[in-house]
Amino acid sequence: MRAFEYAAPKERRQALGLLGRSWGDTEILAGGTDLLSLMKDDIVTPKRLVNIKGVAGPELHAIMRKQNGVQIGALVHLADLPSASDIRERYPMLADAAMEAASPQIRNMATMGGNICQRPRCWYFRNGFGLLGQKDGKSLVMEGDNRYHAILGNEGPAYFVSPSSIVPSLIAYGAKVTLASASGTREVALEKFFVIPKDENQREHDLRPDEMLTLVTLPAPPAGAKVAHYEVRQKAAFDWPLATCAALLEMNGGTVKSARIVMGHVAPIPWVSNEAAQAMAGKPVTEETADAAGAAAVANAKSLGRNGYKIKLARVAVKRAILMAAKGGQA
Amino acid sequence: MADKYAWPAENERAYIGKRISRVDGPFKVSGRAKYTYDYNPKGLLYGAVLRSPYPKARIVSIDTSAAEKMPGVKSVHIVQKDPTGKPVTIQFAGDDVVAVAAQTEDQAEDALRAIKIQWEVLPHFVQDEKEPSGPLQGPTVMSQDDLVGALSNQMPQGQLIQQLKTNGVSFKVDDEFIKQMKQFNIPQPIIDAVQQAPYHPEAQNQPQSPYKEVRNETKGDPDSGFKSADVTHEGLYGSTVITHCCMEAHGVVAEWPDPDHLLVHISTQSVSSMPGQIAGGLKAQGVNIDAANIRVEQQNVGGGFGSKFSADRWGVYVPMLSKKAGGAPVKVMLERDAELEVAGARPSHYARVKIAATRDGKITAWDANGWGTGGPGGGAAPPLPYVFDVPNQRNRYISVSTNTGPSRAWRAPQHPQAAVITMGALEDLAAKLNMNPVEFFRKNIEYVTEARRQIYLDELDIADKMMNFSSRWHPRGQGGSGMMRQGLGLSIHTWGGRGHNSNCDFTIHPDGSVDIKMGTQDLGTGTRTAILIVAADTLGIPMEQINLHIGDSSYPTSGGSGGSTTIGGVSSSTRRGAVDARDALFAKVAPALGSTPDKLVARNGKIFVEGDESKALTWKQACAKIGPMPITVQGKNPGPENLTNSGVGGVQMADVSVDTETGIVKVNKMVAVQDCGLVIDLKTAESQVLGALVMGVSYALFEEKIYDPSTGVMLNDNMEFYRLAGLGDIPEMQVHMMTGKGYDERGVIGLAEPPTVSPGAAISNAVANAIGVRVPYLPITPDRVLQALESEEKGARA
Ligand SMILES: Cc1cc2nc3c(=O)[nH]c(=O)nc-3n(C[C@H](O)[C@H](O)[C@H](O)COP(=O)(O)OP(=O)(O)OC[C@H]3O[C@@H](n4cnc5c(N)ncnc54)[C@H](O)[C@@H]3O)c2cc1C
Repeated sequence: MRAFEYAAPKERRQALGLLGRSWGDTEILAGGTDLLSLMKDDIVTPKRLVNIKGVAGPELHAIMRKQNGVQIGALVHLADLPSASDIRERYPMLADAAMEAASPQIRNMATMGGNICQRPRCWYFRNGFGLLGQKDGKSLVMEGDNRYHAILGNEGPAYFVSPSSIVPSLIAYGAKVTLASASGTREVALEKFFVIPKDENQREHDLRPDEMLTLVTLPAPPAGAKVAHYEVRQKAAFDWPLATCAALLEMNGGTVKSARIVMGHVAPIPWVSNEAAQAMAGKPVTEETADAAGAAAVANAKSLGRNGYKIKLARVAVKRAILMAAKGGQA
Repeated sequence: MADKYAWPAENERAYIGKRISRVDGPFKVSGRAKYTYDYNPKGLLYGAVLRSPYPKARIVSIDTSAAEKMPGVKSVHIVQKDPTGKPVTIQFAGDDVVAVAAQTEDQAEDALRAIKIQWEVLPHFVQDEKEPSGPLQGPTVMSQDDLVGALSNQMPQGQLIQQLKTNGVSFKVDDEFIKQMKQFNIPQPIIDAVQQAPYHPEAQNQPQSPYKEVRNETKGDPDSGFKSADVTHEGLYGSTVITHCCMEAHGVVAEWPDPDHLLVHISTQSVSSMPGQIAGGLKAQGVNIDAANIRVEQQNVGGGFGSKFSADRWGVYVPMLSKKAGGAPVKVMLERDAELEVAGARPSHYARVKIAATRDGKITAWDANGWGTGGPGGGAAPPLPYVFDVPNQRNRYISVSTNTGPSRAWRAPQHPQAAVITMGALEDLAAKLNMNPVEFFRKNIEYVTEARRQIYLDELDIADKMMNFSSRWHPRGQGGSGMMRQGLGLSIHTWGGRGHNSNCDFTIHPDGSVDIKMGTQDLGTGTRTAILIVAADTLGIPMEQINLHIGDSSYPTSGGSGGSTTIGGVSSSTRRGAVDARDALFAKVAPALGSTPDKLVARNGKIFVEGDESKALTWKQACAKIGPMPITVQGKNPGPENLTNSGVGGVQMADVSVDTETGIVKVNKMVAVQDCGLVIDLKTAESQVLGALVMGVSYALFEEKIYDPSTGVMLNDNMEFYRLAGLGDIPEMQVHMMTGKGYDERGVIGLAEPPTVSPGAAISNAVANAIGVRVPYLPITPDRVLQALESEEKGARA
């Protein structure tokens, strides 16, 4: 790891004042479960690290009811999501997704904000070939081993997959994030927070170098909505998924009134599939309709060479999430 | 007394063959056990290593001048320096290039960044899965890497000697090299062949095809064997390169207490051979030190699995760093990425197999075209066909040289890969005959070496019952109709396992205390426990009363822990030492008991006259008669009477479920039936098998070293994408050890390798049984399963 300046501000204002103007100047340190490995591997080399965990006040640390929704502070640990009654009872899909992420040790350290802002696991990125994995102007991903890369939104030059297995559930619930800087705050729909970078200088989120993510706000869950989150994972636990899907179904008697289908680990951003949602609208949930929604979700998917199997997995993830949701969220 | 050393009969054993917990278990689980990593002497300097970013490149120049002046830097050592000044060519990414020692880790790393290296990047080749096409190498002159690869992967002795004789070597064989081979216990005929091999220095620089034919043999008449068959099957099988993934990385702490003495803590499987290896390596660096002045210590090691026999580059450059830093202790432990890249690789083996049988299930012919890589040196052919020496064989094998981390012996070198290929082909053929593979294996048992036929038949029976295999078996592809399919598979295996050379000092003190000193090591397998069991049973005293000292090269030498040779070696030397020490004690106490030494018995903490327990002394009373000088004897293996043996069987069965929509395989249950002669500790023996099953599930489903074709670097050099089985992936496991009559009298035989051989093959066969189609390569990942299902569908439609 390279030498860096370390700051541990106690106040929000102080913290924001310490952030830099461009990437490379500063990084925010939360749980450190991702950032420290990036720094040890020389992938991210900030001049200053701003540890925000000591910032006082409930804003960053608490889960709070707000109107009919809920606000989750950026520093809430993943381990605390499933045990919070507000989350478990009203946003069970989020509780499930959090429970399935990483390992207990990591969930005890990892934070909500860090989970959203964590960097892609693309092995070219992590081996020092840049976020886009290029060498001499050529994409190593396209030329090389892309078995875990994107099947949607993969027109290039970004081919990595968005890493969080929790974010798709947040997006399905309609989450917004609050981004604060020394000059004010802005609120962005989580879905819009993720962007596909076009060059090596861009990041994969709409976070500016001088901003801190402070809150995640969830609106009240639609009454009677059926939800489920499904991960296709090779190992039983503690494994990066190959494809995930968060499904939220608003029902009208026996048929789906409207659906939110958000896929993970299939594209450089969490992938909201309007095609799958439309395929379900007005239909009862059956093996056939769910499979048709899965098919619609991957209709535009394309293999990069070695990841064609992920198209099948994504389709299955969508189908199974919908079927599970209809059954009340249990497998 | 012709059989005074013989293992005690069952009714005379207090410990041997019972279920005894590891004596060092509590130390390990409570964190008190110290590993190389935990050794932090005062004034410790931290080493860091600059590794090659390129898989193949010539080093034009190295400039360390800036690094040497960096704060905290105490020494810098160029690892890749040819003594003749020739530029060095790196053969795999991650290879050690320059090492630095500094006062802090960060300073050492900063110094690495200040080193300037001019590289001439050369074209690399890392592809091994595809069947070789293109020209083969000419006569295969062996490089040093080739030879080491062939040795560590157990190329059959005859084949190796023949190859050395006809093709020669491309490197100069000097005394040092011969000495090192001796230290590694390389058989003398091979050493002779190396010495006499024609020297072809010109072969070193020849541009070479990566493909080299290393086996081309025909036995019997394969063509007529195929002709006479009723059913023929052709298939593709294989397993990719995997790594050892020891929980404790390789590493060293070295210090020179004075300029003539070196103290080394190293994570190793071979304490006794380290001083010689390190001295040899240092000599090549221009540092002369007698092996006798090097002391190597290691109390605990976090796994080796075959990857820790060599002193390695770090076993030499860390002492060099220390020397250059005035003797201060220097530590280098490999980081996880380096550990995966350079310090462990099991060669890949793939083969297209054609196999045939008569209608009633008798195999008539075998034809295998194999290939695979063990890294830059290519590699040796696996023992095909495995276990079943069927009539009418043709075997061809092409070794593929790749710019990947060199192979090391991996638990049962070559056998797991050979089992995947052979047992897969056999099971496929059985499926074609619509025959339960248990029955098919039985039908062909005559092709198994005679000594083990009955053992396999008995083991098949027991395993069949434990798994309910035959009663639950269904023909291929009939494992259910939904998306989840269930299947059963089996595999059998073999291994040698004779005890290695081992020596110990065995002392009984006048106060009744006992100590044993032996230069062995406990890899976590229970070596300490086994030695104490044997000693305690022989002396008739509790294990706790004996002090055991191992893990120090100043103790009597004992072999490296590899090839399942340790238990046979250490139990035999301990037994002989204990018997001789006990008999010496008997001689001292016989007069006091009014008897003669040959009539005495040591049992239950007492020495008594056989048949008359009233004539007894307690252990302490007896030892008081020793006089002021303790009794010390040497225990040895080999020695009089054979206490160890070689050659085991073993049968394993797997029950799996496959999700045909996702290609995800879940192993439900594994059954292992294993013989290993006389079992010293039933509990650690069972644990050894359980551990092998866990490791087997892991390599069957998850493990794979993935190299990037364009950059030649290992892409999954971490534990996120180099997957290992987790708790949730471990099936129900049942182990049955064959013990008692027919087994005990064989003597002690090693157990570490055999149970690791079959899991991959058994699981692969179970998957084929479940989904109706063979997934050719291990690991059986979702992409491979889906691809196999898809090609099956296409085939069905065509
Ligand atoms: C072995 C392993 C397995 C994993 N498996 C999963 C999994 O299955 N599913 C999953 O979703 N995740 C998984 N993760 C990732 C894990 O969830 C993230 O590392 C974690 O959530 C990051 O949170 P943190 O607080 O530790 O962030 P840090 O490591 O501290 O930071 C991560 C990044 O976010 C930035 N950041 C952090 N907080 C903020 C903020 N408030 N505002 C702006 N920027 C911020 C940091 O600057 C840094 O760039 C895994 C991680 C590991 C190591």
